Amino acid sequence: MNDVDYRRPSSVAEAIRFGAEPGAAYVAGGTNLIDLMKGHVALPTRLVDVNRLPLAAVTMRPEGGIRIGAMVRNSDLANHPIVRERYPLLAQALVAGASPQLRNMATVGGNLLQRTRCHYFYDADIAACNKRSPGSGCAALEGRNRIHAILGASDACVATHPSDMCVALAALRADVVVQGVGGERRIAMARFHRLPGDAPERDTELAPGELITAVELPPSPFAARSHYLKVRDRASYAFALVSVAAALDMRDGSVRDAALALGGVAHKPWRVVAAEEALVGRPLDDATIAAASERALAGARPLRENAFKVELARRAIARALQTAGGAA
Amino acid sequence: MSSDVVDHSGLSRRHFLQAAGAAAAVVPNGVPAQPAMRDALPLGAPSAAKTTTERVVRLRVNGADRELTIEPRVTLLDALREVLALTGTKKGCDRGQCGACTVLVDGRRINACLTLAVMHEGSEITTIEGLGTPDALHPMQAAFLSRDAFQCGYCTPGQICSAVALVGELKAQALSAATFEAAPAGAVPRTIAISDAEIRERMSGNVCRCGAYVNIVAAVRAVAEGKA
Repeated sequence: MNDVDYRRPSSVAEAIRFGAEPGAAYVAGGTNLIDLMKGHVALPTRLVDVNRLPLAAVTMRPEGGIRIGAMVRNSDLANHPIVRERYPLLAQALVAGASPQLRNMATVGGNLLQRTRCHYFYDADIAACNKRSPGSGCAALEGRNRIHAILGASDACVATHPSDMCVALAALRADVVVQGVGGERRIAMARFHRLPGDAPERDTELAPGELITAVELPPSPFAARSHYLKVRDRASYAFALVSVAAALDMRDGSVRDAALALGGVAHKPWRVVAAEEALVGRPLDDATIAAASERALAGARPLRENAFKVELARRAIARALQTAGGAA
Repeated sequence: MSSDVVDHSGLSRRHFLQAAGAAAAVVPNGVPAQPAMRDALPLGAPSAAKTTTERVVRLRVNGADRELTIEPRVTLLDALREVLALTGTKKGCDRGQCGACTVLVDGRRINACLTLAVMHEGSEITTIEGLGTPDALHPMQAAFLSRDAFQCGYCTPGQICSAVALVGELKAQALSAATFEAAPAGAVPRTIAISDAEIRERMSGNVCRCGAYVNIVAAVRAVAEGKA
């Protein structure tokens, strides 16, 4: 790990001032950044420690939603009474991720900013990785690509976003609140993470030096019926091959509102509004579920080793929706 | 400072440098295995040998206040082992995957390898050395012994620190993935029953390559159920 300068700002304004300097990186839980620094993948020259900023509260908002401070730890968020009661989908996704130790360290802001990745990105001895070294090529495209993207990828990058929390946040229609030298702005979760296109080195729409201060959730009609299904190679502590966040608002036997997002399949949490619309106003039967998964997976383009993910995703969507609906 | 001044840890500088040299010799590409670390210095003491980033870091470890002069990049794990000579905390993967470095910070279990020592000034750090002594074992240490919950023992300090926190998390009714699996389809879990499935899921951040899992689960369950 390269040597670094270390700053511990006492206010958000001071943090942003430090963060705006060249080579600076914010460090919160450190679970991804320090790992990347050890592998010589991330090479910041200054760490701005945001752990002591006053951003660790979960608060109710006037219109019934909640504001989650960026420094709330993943384990604390999963166990917060309001989250358990009103957003159980988020709680379930959070405890599906990482290990208890990592969830005690990882923050909401850091989870959003963990790098979209693949084995080749993580191995600095492999030359070809457009995400690590723009313009160097993509070793995964014709290499080992079992875990990679089936949706929204480009010839420049086929990596996937590993977060479980972010899949639930996408389904729950979160906003990310960020602050930079130019002031505060809000970014809808659907736009926060990027598809790789021809610039896979950029995972998010954050501008350099901007700091995530909070995540806001609107009131949710899904508290009674939701399910996060994670399919992985091990029973625990592994990234998703495919995951599904599914939530339903049912009235009189038909779907009044639906939320559906996938993890492990794309460069970002994959939420398809058209798939949600295919569920609304219909009974939750096999035909409705098939129509929704058709739309969620439209345009899937598997690689040599990951064609199985298309069928796996189809079945996982069905299982998650049936479980959320109370039928499985 | 003479070359064999003994610091707070009891390690002499000479012994430390010998150990550091041995470690560096097996690392490819000439990249040193450990960042440069020096004997603890009194606060504000001038030192010609200081790098530009070295600083005094105050940690509270196992109830004692310690002062270390280290670079910011030194992980909590390296600070505990290499500077404070608390070698009970083990370095396994050094990348957050194995749990051998698990320690308690303000009562919460974390991986000491993926965090920097300087980030923990003012926190209460507890390592395996702070849980119990050979004459007065922590109940979890005693349970690991009586249930034969280890073979080689390398992962054991991390397993025990993790398990101590686990018992507290269960008492606080903290959720796990297993809690959701045990609940009716699509429902929000209300209460958490102690089960092998819960303990296995909650210990998934600690790898045991000897495969002592069956007895580890038995030891943890005995303490969680108050039967140790």
